[in-house]
Amino acid sequence: MMKYKTEKTNIKAALTLATAALLGTSHLVQANTASTVSTEESTWEFDSAFLFYSEVDRVSAGEAIFNAKKTFADDEILNLKLTIDALTGASANGGVAQPNVQTFTRPSGDGQYTIAAGDTPLDDTFHDTRVQLNGQWTQLIAPNYTASGGVHISKEYDYLSLGINGNIAFDFDRKNSTFSTGFSYFQDTFTPEGGIPKPFSSMLIGDSSAPTWDDDFAETRIGSEDTKITTDILLGFTQVINRRMITQFNYSYSMVEGYLTDPFKIISVVSGFNEIDSGISQDYIYESRPDSRVKQSLYAQSIYHFDRTVLDVSYRYMWDDWEITSHTLDSRFRIPLGDTFGTESYLQPHFRLYQQSAAEFYRPFLIDGDTLPTYASADYRIGEMTTFTVGLKYGLLVNNGHDLSFRLEYYRQTPTDAGFDEPGVLKEVELYPTIDAIIAQITYSF
Amino acid sequence: MKKNIKLVLLVPLLIGATGCASLGVEPWERDLLAKDEMSLNASPVDAALDDHIYFSKEASSGGKGFGGGGCGCN
Repeated sequence: MMKYKTEKTNIKAALTLATAALLGTSHLVQANTASTVSTEESTWEFDSAFLFYSEVDRVSAGEAIFNAKKTFADDEILNLKLTIDALTGASANGGVAQPNVQTFTRPSGDGQYTIAAGDTPLDDTFHDTRVQLNGQWTQLIAPNYTASGGVHISKEYDYLSLGINGNIAFDFDRKNSTFSTGFSYFQDTFTPEGGIPKPFSSMLIGDSSAPTWDDDFAETRIGSEDTKITTDILLGFTQVINRRMITQFNYSYSMVEGYLTDPFKIISVVSGFNEIDSGISQDYIYESRPDSRVKQSLYAQSIYHFDRTVLDVSYRYMWDDWEITSHTLDSRFRIPLGDTFGTESYLQPHFRLYQQSAAEFYRPFLIDGDTLPTYASADYRIGEMTTFTVGLKYGLLVNNGHDLSFRLEYYRQTPTDAGFDEPGVLKEVELYPTIDAIIAQITYSF
Repeated sequence: MKKNIKLVLLVPLLIGATGCASLGVEPWERDLLAKDEMSLNASPVDAALDDHIYFSKEASSGGKGFGGGGCGCN
């Protein structure tokens, strides 16, 4: 950790210009911890990290984070974070695999791509770069009351997200217990290339160099951009159980309103059970989701310090008015290695298990001739699914006590059939392909 | 099922809220709790990166902190 002796008034003056953003209640707890080891000097701490994420045959992403945290002599904390990420590769377009070659139009309307027989349709045109800035200011506002406020801005080629948040935490019982409450508000604007498709309109396929193509494509569009508003409320309670154990419980309520449809996703409309070409795609239509979603979750976390090792376990139960429910179990076990494999080195295995049920309007395909439902989406991410992550982190102290760590993880998604009867040829193709990904990360803190 | 889960989560919360005398430590007993790895958000950078991955790939987000908006991730 680098320490600079600075004149507080100067720093404060400079910081009035600084923006402040998003941290949950746990950061308030951290602030309280920091107050117990108050120093006379103000300090800067920096974290830098690079993460590489890669799915087999699909998306690859690189993400870099630079975080600067300044703790002032009177325990006020300024946190500034810059995140940059780039994404490229192929993403499932929602269509089902077929026994024949399929042709799809790119979301921009500019050209087409073909998918081989038996393959899950993937749109390989995805590429995006995102820059995100967060600032957060945390301070004591009265004895035992800590307040925090922040701003968030994130910009990518076709997306802009602006957000604010606020938290207040109250400590009692010798700071062994903390109640906290927070809110956040996000306003996102989506300007997808090719515009916003008309819900359930057919994907235009044909000669994209034809003179009428642009006009015909425009017929499937209803605008160039749309917005959504996300409002979150978070209530938290933290309790020190004893010298070795601390627990946290959160309840969160999240309301999203606006454009929640994915403009790049389609649904295959296939021939029915009694048709001669049963299961063969007749049409591809753009998906349509409700314009609001209310999510709630309960979260519990416990950390236990054994004689040397530390176990961190959390569980989240989430439910929403799209009828999605999910369970998330996350655990980390830190094993100190002493100085044998590097100064104060440690190994930390990680295991995460996640299971979700399908949204009420999830349809892996639609049957030609059936009445259209009010909403439908074939996006596997709101279908029934189980995922797990296994990983290992290795960390050590280098130059002057700076933290260096490496993390390698394996992530597998296994979408499952939520009980849809498959007509004809759909029985012979893979409708719920598994997705494997590797996550690699290096972190350096100084 | 949903009710049971809520109960399991709420009971310890109530125990805590009523200030059970056996819970908690004195300020001089915080030697282990003061370690970085005992912080409820011990690796905020890892947590931010993970949140982004799972937000993009699964139907759930938030819980520990805010779920938020923030990206049109695919």
